[in-house]
Amino acid sequence: MVKLLKAVNNTIGGTPIGAAAEDKRTSTRSKQAILRKALRAALRVINVVGLLALVLIFAMPFIWMLSTSLKTLPETMIFPPEWIPRNPVWQNYADAWNTGPFLNYFVNSVVIAVGILILQMLTIIPASYAFARYKFKGSNFLFGIVMVTLMIPAQLIFLPVYLELSAFKLLNTHLGLILPFASSAFGIFLLRQAFMQISDELLEAARLDQAAEWKIIVKIMVPMVKPVLVTFALFSFIAHWNDYFWPLVMTTNETARTLPLGIAKIREVEGVATWNVLMAGNLILVAPILVVFFLSQRQIIKAFVYNGVK
Amino acid sequence: MAKIELKNISKKFKDDTVIEDLNLTIKDGSFTVLVGPSGCGKSTTLRMVAGLEKQSGGEIWIDDKCVNDTPPGLRDVAMVFQNYALYPTMTVRGNIEFGLKNRGVARQERDKLVKDISEIVGLTPHLDKKPQNLSGGQRQRVALARAMVKKPKVFILDEPLSNLDAKLRNQMRTELIQLHKRLGTTFVYVTHDQVEAMSMGDEIVVMNKGVIQQADSPMKLYHDPANLFTAEFIGTPAMNMMKMGDVQGLDIQSAAGIGHVGFRPEQALVNASADIEGYAIEGDILTRESLGAENIYQIQARTGVFFVKTFLAPLVAADRVKVTIPYDQLYYFGLGGERLRGIVASPKRLVAAGGI
Repeated sequence: MVKLLKAVNNTIGGTPIGAAAEDKRTSTRSKQAILRKALRAALRVINVVGLLALVLIFAMPFIWMLSTSLKTLPETMIFPPEWIPRNPVWQNYADAWNTGPFLNYFVNSVVIAVGILILQMLTIIPASYAFARYKFKGSNFLFGIVMVTLMIPAQLIFLPVYLELSAFKLLNTHLGLILPFASSAFGIFLLRQAFMQISDELLEAARLDQAAEWKIIVKIMVPMVKPVLVTFALFSFIAHWNDYFWPLVMTTNETARTLPLGIAKIREVEGVATWNVLMAGNLILVAPILVVFFLSQRQIIKAFVYNGVK
Repeated sequence: MAKIELKNISKKFKDDTVIEDLNLTIKDGSFTVLVGPSGCGKSTTLRMVAGLEKQSGGEIWIDDKCVNDTPPGLRDVAMVFQNYALYPTMTVRGNIEFGLKNRGVARQERDKLVKDISEIVGLTPHLDKKPQNLSGGQRQRVALARAMVKKPKVFILDEPLSNLDAKLRNQMRTELIQLHKRLGTTFVYVTHDQVEAMSMGDEIVVMNKGVIQQADSPMKLYHDPANLFTAEFIGTPAMNMMKMGDVQGLDIQSAAGIGHVGFRPEQALVNASADIEGYAIEGDILTRESLGAENIYQIQARTGVFFVKTFLAPLVAADRVKVTIPYDQLYYFGLGGERLRGIVASPKRLVAAGGI
């Protein structure tokens, strides 16, 4: 270390004296180049190691879940824990699936998450477009109200919503789980920002091209904000797919219950927590999300890197 | 083909009056250029013709039809924007045919039109590319094609060349002139570049602060400017101006109050022979720009700095020169900037009068 410091000192502070130092100078220069290269390589190694560590931290619970889902129950209790089960027990998945009406849960989850997504698209696209593009009286005030709803947690409004749904006889129905999320303040905010980045000239060009307003939105604006839209869709899908609290409160029987409630029920079976089956159930739960994520990965990255035609 | 008439047009942005009582007739089939410094209202005027901006007062007529309440898409006007405004998510073909689709043109005819147009502007090999993958010049062509394919009555071009590099700009300039000849449609073109205006327009409208200073042919503008603003705006370098108070040795018979005397840099003669009658100024050459065929000198005289341009003459090496401007090449402007015509000038204390 001391040597290295000295070398650095030499290359930075060492000023060769006189003509005799010519040789020395070139050697110092090459030394400097080597040192710089070494430093760069070291930095790259540190960078990669750091990133790997981060990946490991985030992936660890996931790997643990996968590993546990393939163990026998006694194996899950072994200490020190074993990462790779000796004989993978695929039966756990079947067991998890059979603890309740899982097909029903699955269908409910799909209907609700997709239903919410479709309704949200129908509401947030026109709303955010209007907020971004039209000047009308009270637009700022209305947008303020939309933003305020972002600050209200679901726990605060579930009771009035529950009473309302019950009055409309919508408890234990898909509609009852979909309607409260028909719009999204976050989505409106996100999309409004994206719409605002689009230049006015593009709209004017479309108007001169005799395009109707809806056509401008569908054919020009929406394709341009596609990455943002996909990102929002993913956020929304994951949030509602994984949502536990809301379906728990709004359902009293199995007809409209979703996967997360089904998974939670596995824990209650037989009084002992069957971690292996539970983890298998969790994997069933997250599998669709992973698929969706892999399909939309590129768009998500795009959404965070602004790309426009210059 | 269409004539455009603006009658008593005014435009206010909140309390800010940009244009007041503007009257202008754009002739059918003309290449009319609106030119002026930035913020002079030329783009606003153009956008009002296109229908993208609503005028605060007055009427706009296209071809004997008042279009005040006609939406932009139905005015039969096509526009080329400064930044092209191509739809980035569509291919070149999609961009060109979008307007046709909206008009409900059948697919077969659309294909034919797109094919014809893309051949004219040289885009055929690029029809399936996205605008992002095209060069600036190609994008410009797509914008032109998109406008042309609709066969509009009026073409509106809002500084379409300002995003191109100098060489391409010159090329596109000539192409636009040819295009105008070929189509015979009315072109309305906005630019802040007077060279562009002079070279392309057959009718130039000089604007300043929302007011039309002069609307005339390029030659008329150059040789016979209506006021101080036009005189100084048209020409490179600009017309040299001297305050009347600084001018000595010039006998002017005029009742009107003269504010400024001006002359074109290219009308001044450097070290002219003594028999040329004119107003003489002596000065020191500050800089020399030699452009090959022409030389531009910046000269410091008692009255201030002025420019002189000579053609096909050897570069003057002397530091101090005498510059002579023939009397009939002097322009006079009143105290309010208006042009004063018919003024006869002669050297002081001489009986013989030179001049017009």
